Amino acid sequence: MNTIICLLLLGGAVGKSAQVPLQTWLPDAMAGPTPVSALIHAATMVTAGVYLIARMQDFFILSQTAMLCVAAVGLITLFIASFTALVQSDIKRVLAYSTMSQIGYMFFALGVGAWSAGLFHLMTHAFFKALLFLASGSVILAMHHEQDMFKMGGLWKKLPIPFIGMLVGSAALVALPLTSGFFSKDAILLAAWKSETEYSTLFWTVAAIAAFLTSMYTVRMMVLTFFGKPQSEMHELKRESLWHPNRIRTVIPFGLLALLSIAGGWLGFEFTGDLFHDKGVHAEFHFDPIALLTLGIPLAGVVLGYFLFDSDLIDRRRLIKNRVSELMSKFWGSGWGFDKVYDTLIVNPFRFIAQTRVNRNDIVDLFFKLIKFLASLFHHILSMFQTGHVRWYAFTMLGGLLLVLLTVMWI
Amino acid sequence: MTVVILILLLLGAGVVAWSSERVHITLPNWIALITFIASTLWVIVIWLNGPNAEGLYAHWEQAWIPRFGIDFRFEVDGLSLMLIGLTTFLGIVAVVSSWTETKTRHGFFQFNILWVMAGVVGVFSAFDLFLFFFFWEVMLIPMYFLIAIWGHEEKEYASMKFFLFTQISGLLMLVAIVALVWIEYNSTGNLTFNYFDLRGGEFDSATERLLMLGFFIAFITKLPSVPVHTWLPDAHTQAPTAGSVILAGILLKTGAYGIIRFVVTLFPEASQEFWMWGMTLGVISILYGGYLAYSQTDFKRLVAYSSIAHMGFILVGVYSFNKLGTQGAIITMIAHGFSTAALFMMAGALQERLHTREMSKMGGLWVRAPRMGAVTMFFVIASVGMPGLGNFIGEFLVLIGAFQKSVVLTVFATIGIVVAAVYGLSLMQRSFQGVPNPDIPEMPDFAFREMSVMVLLMIALVWVGIHPQTLLSMLG
Repeated sequence: MNTIICLLLLGGAVGKSAQVPLQTWLPDAMAGPTPVSALIHAATMVTAGVYLIARMQDFFILSQTAMLCVAAVGLITLFIASFTALVQSDIKRVLAYSTMSQIGYMFFALGVGAWSAGLFHLMTHAFFKALLFLASGSVILAMHHEQDMFKMGGLWKKLPIPFIGMLVGSAALVALPLTSGFFSKDAILLAAWKSETEYSTLFWTVAAIAAFLTSMYTVRMMVLTFFGKPQSEMHELKRESLWHPNRIRTVIPFGLLALLSIAGGWLGFEFTGDLFHDKGVHAEFHFDPIALLTLGIPLAGVVLGYFLFDSDLIDRRRLIKNRVSELMSKFWGSGWGFDKVYDTLIVNPFRFIAQTRVNRNDIVDLFFKLIKFLASLFHHILSMFQTGHVRWYAFTMLGGLLLVLLTVMWI
Repeated sequence: MTVVILILLLLGAGVVAWSSERVHITLPNWIALITFIASTLWVIVIWLNGPNAEGLYAHWEQAWIPRFGIDFRFEVDGLSLMLIGLTTFLGIVAVVSSWTETKTRHGFFQFNILWVMAGVVGVFSAFDLFLFFFFWEVMLIPMYFLIAIWGHEEKEYASMKFFLFTQISGLLMLVAIVALVWIEYNSTGNLTFNYFDLRGGEFDSATERLLMLGFFIAFITKLPSVPVHTWLPDAHTQAPTAGSVILAGILLKTGAYGIIRFVVTLFPEASQEFWMWGMTLGVISILYGGYLAYSQTDFKRLVAYSSIAHMGFILVGVYSFNKLGTQGAIITMIAHGFSTAALFMMAGALQERLHTREMSKMGGLWVRAPRMGAVTMFFVIASVGMPGLGNFIGEFLVLIGAFQKSVVLTVFATIGIVVAAVYGLSLMQRSFQGVPNPDIPEMPDFAFREMSVMVLLMIALVWVGIHPQTLLSMLG
């Protein structure tokens, strides 16, 4: 029973926090205004599922199965979303998939019992992801509502404040040492290694690969947006326009969030209160091989990302222009086909049966229509006898009389 | 005595309103409006006075046809008072919503509205089965006229369908009443139609089941539930706005009231055995009604089908046979009365402005009429079951109650809430959001008259949503 309760709670959390298999709404919700994305779809509301599970830790601890499911959901989302973010061209969608994968880290942390680490990451993620979204919003506005990164490029000189904001946010996102993201993500990975499940090595490996991918897609986003050659003309910015990136009211929130993105990790995060006491795994940083590896993987990702996307050492065209990578990029780009599956299995069948010609007029009503039809049929048959001709009446009267007489005689 | 005066007031005001048309053409409207406001205030006074020691707010009895044991027996307990209050309040809404809609025979129109309401108040307070049946019929005829005279394109078809469904199912109930009284007479030698005397009669189970079915079919036709729901979409769609408001807001509730008051209490054992059927019908109504609501392209028809889905929750709640389920069903009755009345009023207002109910000819109306958009949004969200508004409390209590009876059926009923979100939001998107349709004529937004009523309905829904205890404590 406890397991069922936990799994149902997990179902709710999965939907709210955009985890596999109920993740498809989040990238589409990016159609909303960017400040909304920053606040609701990155920092606060989507993480409610993480909070729910952390809050219910006393139930989850009792069920090994449920814990494993939480970790698995987190890992799968992390993995899928990281690959998807790697091939998006829309800057907001990159951030959306990145959000999904970071929440995947949080779920993963909860699933291995690192409650405090999961919520710590919730907090630091809120800082740097809000910063990233706000910065990207500035860029999008400056580009005439253009969201395609391939039409940007070379913006760092023209938009210095968003650039710095984005740079700081990215550093925290890839968990460069001493940024806020580093502290929380490191805590999660080390806790995964230390956790007592039999899968701890596998868990750690997948999470580490995803950390590597995180670095790569972040570098790609930065390179496409801010470096290289400008791909299209930028909007001529007026200094008095409300959203001008260099205005003081824009700089203040950027500054605050940037400060928190860098230094927020020093705050630390530990649940020790009576109401909510962390009963799970804690990991501290020691200089051992696994800790150093955990530290080094994001850096390696950044370096490889630089070679892949920005340097001239590799011929990118040859890498992209072949069947395998085209197919792969198409598959990843569509979010691993989840939308298509839901469309085929649920949306289209429901739309089909709801169409006019199928059953808009309610088949149940046919039964009552039949009654009505029969009633009027008998009405017409009987009314045929009432012709107004006396001869006809006399004839039927005689016929009826004969019929009665014959029946009586026969009996 | 108070409730009898209330009924007489409504009946009398109907006659006065009819004849007042000769004096001035808008006089009937004013008479009806003032009558309903006065009645509502009066119900509030009765409520504030509190119940007597037996939990009754009003009580009156007088022999009518002693030869057959038929009395005028009116009693008003918490449930009755609540529903009578809803009736008089929605009377205000009905009159205001069709203030400018009727073009002919204003006096007779208001006469019919007032007489329907009198019949409904009688139904909610009669505790003599003959008297109950009398009022059950009283509310039918004026409603028939409302649809048949002031209805839309297919008014003849719709009104006849409504009449036949209600009449035939009502006759089943009449047979059951007579049989019930006859059995009681044979076993005790006491010829009576008194509800309290007939309660707790001894039957063999087959007879009890049959009698129960007689009442049950009459009430689920009125409710309505699948498979006898097909009169509702036609009647609601074709009725004038006031008619739809009364139909959805109040007349459907007489069916729910009948099940709670008569089926369950007169035939407790047969009803207990029947729980599975009752709940299953409820769940089917929820899902099928929701699905058909989504299929509609007609604004008013969509709302009509959504009523079927919401009424399904009432069946599920009542047939859970526990306190939570019944309380949830009753709250749903009240909350649905408010939210659907508002949505039908909106449908009427749109038809008056655009001369169509087709949503394909709407779109982007929010730009033209922001107040109407905001109001619709509020009531759509209420009917979808947003926490903090009345409908949520009702449905949530129903689901908790039903969960204790059958987990599987509750799961299916819960899916209905998802379907509600689908059709509710699609109603909103297709009519008020999206790209403005260039063919739409300039339309005036809601003015003071309409907004005042809508605000009252909103306050009522929020109140039920955040303080349902007001209603729950009336139920004792």
